[in-house]
Amino acid sequence: MRSTTHHRLFTPLAGAGILALTLAGCSSGTTDAAGSGEFTGDTLEVSAAWSGAEQANFEAVLAAFEEQSGATVNYTSFGDNAATTLGTQIEGGSPPNVAMLAQPALMDQLAADGNLQPLSEAASAAVAENYSQSWVDLGTSDGTQYGVWFKASNKSTMWYNADLYDSAGAAAPADWDDFLAQLQLVADSGYAGISIGADVGWPLTDWFENVYLQTAGGEMYDQLTNHEIPWTDPSVTVALDALATLWGNDALVQSGAAQRTFPESVTEVFGAAPQAATIYEGDFVAGNITDDGNSVVGENALFFDFPSVNGSAPAVVGGGDVAVSFTDDAATDALMQFLASPEAAEVWVPEGGLTSPNNNVDTALYPDETSRQIAEALTGAETFRFDMSDLTPSAFGGTPGQGFWQIMIQFLQDPSDVAGTQQALEDAAAAAYVD
Amino acid sequence: MFLIALGFLAPALVLLAGLVLYPILYTVVRSFFSADGGAFVGWDNYVTMFTNDSTFTAIRNNVIWVLVAPVACTVLGLLFAVLLEKIKWSTAFKLIIFMPMAISMLAAGVIFRGMFQESPNLGVVNAAVVAVNSAFGGGDAAYPGANPRTDVGLINDGGVIASEAAVGAGTEVNFPLVGVRADNVPASAAQAESADTASADQITGTVWLDVVIGGGGTNGQIDDGKTGLPGIRVDAVDASGTIAATTETDAAGRYVLAGLGTETYRIALPASNFDEGYQGVSWLSSGLITAVIILSYIWIWAGFAMVMIASGLSAIDRSLQEAARMDGANEWKVFSRITAPLLAPVLIVVFVTLIINVLKIFDLVYVIPPGASKPAANVIAVEMWTVSFGGGSNQGLGSALAILLLILVLPSMIINVRKFRQERKS
Repeated sequence: MRSTTHHRLFTPLAGAGILALTLAGCSSGTTDAAGSGEFTGDTLEVSAAWSGAEQANFEAVLAAFEEQSGATVNYTSFGDNAATTLGTQIEGGSPPNVAMLAQPALMDQLAADGNLQPLSEAASAAVAENYSQSWVDLGTSDGTQYGVWFKASNKSTMWYNADLYDSAGAAAPADWDDFLAQLQLVADSGYAGISIGADVGWPLTDWFENVYLQTAGGEMYDQLTNHEIPWTDPSVTVALDALATLWGNDALVQSGAAQRTFPESVTEVFGAAPQAATIYEGDFVAGNITDDGNSVVGENALFFDFPSVNGSAPAVVGGGDVAVSFTDDAATDALMQFLASPEAAEVWVPEGGLTSPNNNVDTALYPDETSRQIAEALTGAETFRFDMSDLTPSAFGGTPGQGFWQIMIQFLQDPSDVAGTQQALEDAAAAAYVD
Repeated sequence: MFLIALGFLAPALVLLAGLVLYPILYTVVRSFFSADGGAFVGWDNYVTMFTNDSTFTAIRNNVIWVLVAPVACTVLGLLFAVLLEKIKWSTAFKLIIFMPMAISMLAAGVIFRGMFQESPNLGVVNAAVVAVNSAFGGGDAAYPGANPRTDVGLINDGGVIASEAAVGAGTEVNFPLVGVRADNVPASAAQAESADTASADQITGTVWLDVVIGGGGTNGQIDDGKTGLPGIRVDAVDASGTIAATTETDAAGRYVLAGLGTETYRIALPASNFDEGYQGVSWLSSGLITAVIILSYIWIWAGFAMVMIASGLSAIDRSLQEAARMDGANEWKVFSRITAPLLAPVLIVVFVTLIINVLKIFDLVYVIPPGASKPAANVIAVEMWTVSFGGGSNQGLGSALAILLLILVLPSMIINVRKFRQERKS
C-alpha cells in the first residue's frame, strides 16, 4: 500500500507535495473560533495526512464545526506516516479523537485491535442518509461500522485531447465497443488512439481493475482482492479478453508503451506535439496536464468515464480518506456526524481539491466543470471499489518488476496469452498471500 | 603488554564487531526465518532462491557481468595506459578517460538511460543512428504510416498498398487511405475528385485521404472535405511481377495508367510512398538491456583500470623494454612478452577488484532499465533489495540472497588479501 502511494508521488505535482509534507510534517493549527454551542470547553484532536492548501481547507471545515458546536478542534498532520504516528499515540494512551486514514487495511487493523470506536447510531444514520452502500461497506470492518468517508478520488476517468478528437470527428463513447470505434476514428486521422505508459505496472493494474469491476461486479472484485477466488477464475478471463481487444490492436495503441513513463504518456497526449489522443488514469491526470502546461483542463483536456464493458452499470475504482474515531464521547460523536453531513464537505468543495463521496453535497458548488463531472461520476456510480493493487499484499500488488505489475506489463506486450497470464498471476498471488 | 595492545585495538574491534561481524551473523540467522521473521523455515529461503525465476535470472546475469565487465575494463585500461604513454598531451587524455569515475553511478545511470532512449527525439544514440540512416536516403516518404481503409478491397502487404484483385484495362481502382495526418498533406493538395472514365488501354482512379476533418462523410467514398493525395507513385504490376506502367497522382489525387495491354494487372502504391523510416534500435528492451548497462559500467571503470595500470607501468624497469627492442623485437613482441608480464601483478589486482565490484553491482542496474525490462536486467544485489525493501517485504529471502552474494565475493577477497600480503613480504 505504501509503495503505491510512493509511485504515484513520482509525478512532479505530488513530488512537490512530498516536500510540503516533510516541511509541514509536524505543524499543527488551532482554529479558535470559540462559539457558544453545547460542547463549549471541549477540545478535540484531529489528525490527517493533509498539509499545505489541503490542511487550510480542512481546518476551515473544522472551524465550521467549532462554530456550530462550541468545541475547540486542533488539527495535526501526520504526513504519510499514518500507521506509525497513530501506533505510537495509541501505545502512549493518547490517540487523537478523530483521524483520517487513506488505507482501508489500516482501518481494519485498528478496528481488529480494538482501538476504534464504532459509529454511534446517529452518525451511522447520517452515513446511511448521505452515502451509497459501497461507501457504507467500505467504512465497515467485520460487521461493525467505524468510518465516515470524507474525501475520495476517482480512478475511472479516460482523459482525451479534445482538439484531436474534434478533428477526427470522434466523441466520448457510449461503451467499450464504441470506445474502440472512436479510437479507430482517431487512428484514421493519423494519430494513435491511446497512449499507455507502461514503464511500471501500476497504470496497467488500474486498467485491469476497472475492466474487472465492470465485467465481474463488486462482489467478485472483493473476492479476487482477498484471493478467495483464484486468478484462473473464468471472470478474470473475461476481463483480460476485453482488455486484449484494445491492447492487442496495434492500430489503436501507440507503440513503445513498455518504455514510456506515465508522465511521458501524458505528454504524448497533452504536450506541445501530441502523438496520441487518449490516456487512461485517475483524476490526478489533471495535475500532470497542468504541470505539462500545453493543454488546459476543462478546455481541450477533457475526460469521459471509463467505458462500460459488456453492458455493465457505472462502476468506479478509486481511493479516499476515511474518518475514524478513537474516543467514546459526545463531542467526538458530534464531529463524526458533522463530517458525515453534506455541510462539512460543502465548506471545502468550492475551494477545489476535494471530491466528496457524499451524495447530498450540492455539485453546483464544485469550482469547475471537470471537478463537478469527476464528483458526479463518483457519486453516480452504482459500484465503488478501492484500488485492488492497494488492497493486496505489496509483494503482489506493489512491487516494481514483480507480481501483478510485471505480469500486466507482459500481458500488454503479448495480449494473446490470456491463460498463461492468469496462471502467472495465480502463482504470484499464491506466493504473496501467506497467512 | 597484551592489555595495552588490546586497549589500543579495542575501538577498532568494537567498530568491526558492531558494524561488520554482527550484521553478517544476524543476516545469516535471519536468512533461516520467514518473511515476517516469526517462524523458523530452515533452508526454505535458499531453496526458493534457486528455484524462483527472477532470482535465477539475477544469478545468470551476475555470471554474464563477471565474465564480461572486468575483462573488458582491464583490457581497455591496459590499452589506454600503454598507448597513452606514447603520445603528447597524455595527461589530458587520461584525465578525460578517468573523469567518469568522478560522476556518481546513479547520475551516470541517468545519463545512459537518457542516451539510449528509444525515441530518436529523446535518445542521442538513436538520433545518431537515424541521422546516419536518413543520410543514406531512408525515411523521406511523403506520407509515412498511411494505411488503406479496411473492407474496400485493398491490402497492406508489408508497406505496399495494393488492390486485392487483379483488374483489366478500362477499369477504375480507387485508394481511400487513412492514418495520414492533415499536417502531412502538402499544401498543393486539392479536394479529391473522381478520375475520368478509363479508355481501353488505361486504368484510372483516385488516391485520397478518406477522413473529413471534424468527422463525417462515408468511409470509402469521395465526399466533400476529403483531400486528394498528390505525388503518390502508382504502379500497374502484371502477373509476372513486372511493372507495366507507372505514374504519379495529381493535386486531386487522380492518376491515369496508360498504354496497358489486355492482361490483368494489380495496382500497387509502392512502399516508398509510406516508409516511416528507420526508427532506431530498441536499446532498453529486454534483449539489449544488460549489454547497455555493462557498457555504461565499462565507461566508468575503464578509467580506474587505466590509472592503476599506468601507475604500474611507470614503476617497471624500462631498460628491459629497451633491451628487447635492441634485440630486434617489434612493438607487439615488446608489449606481449615484456610489458604485459611485468604488469601482471597490477593487472591481477585490478581484475580482482573489478570482479568484487561487479558482483555487487546495484546502482546502474537499478537506474537504467525501464520497468518493462527490469526483470531481464536483474542482478543479485537488486533482487536482494527488491525482495527485502522494494515492496516484497521478505527479509528472510533477502538475507539469503545477501549471504549468497557474500559467499560469491569471498574467494576474490581472499585472493586480494593474499596478494597484498605477498607484496608486503617481498
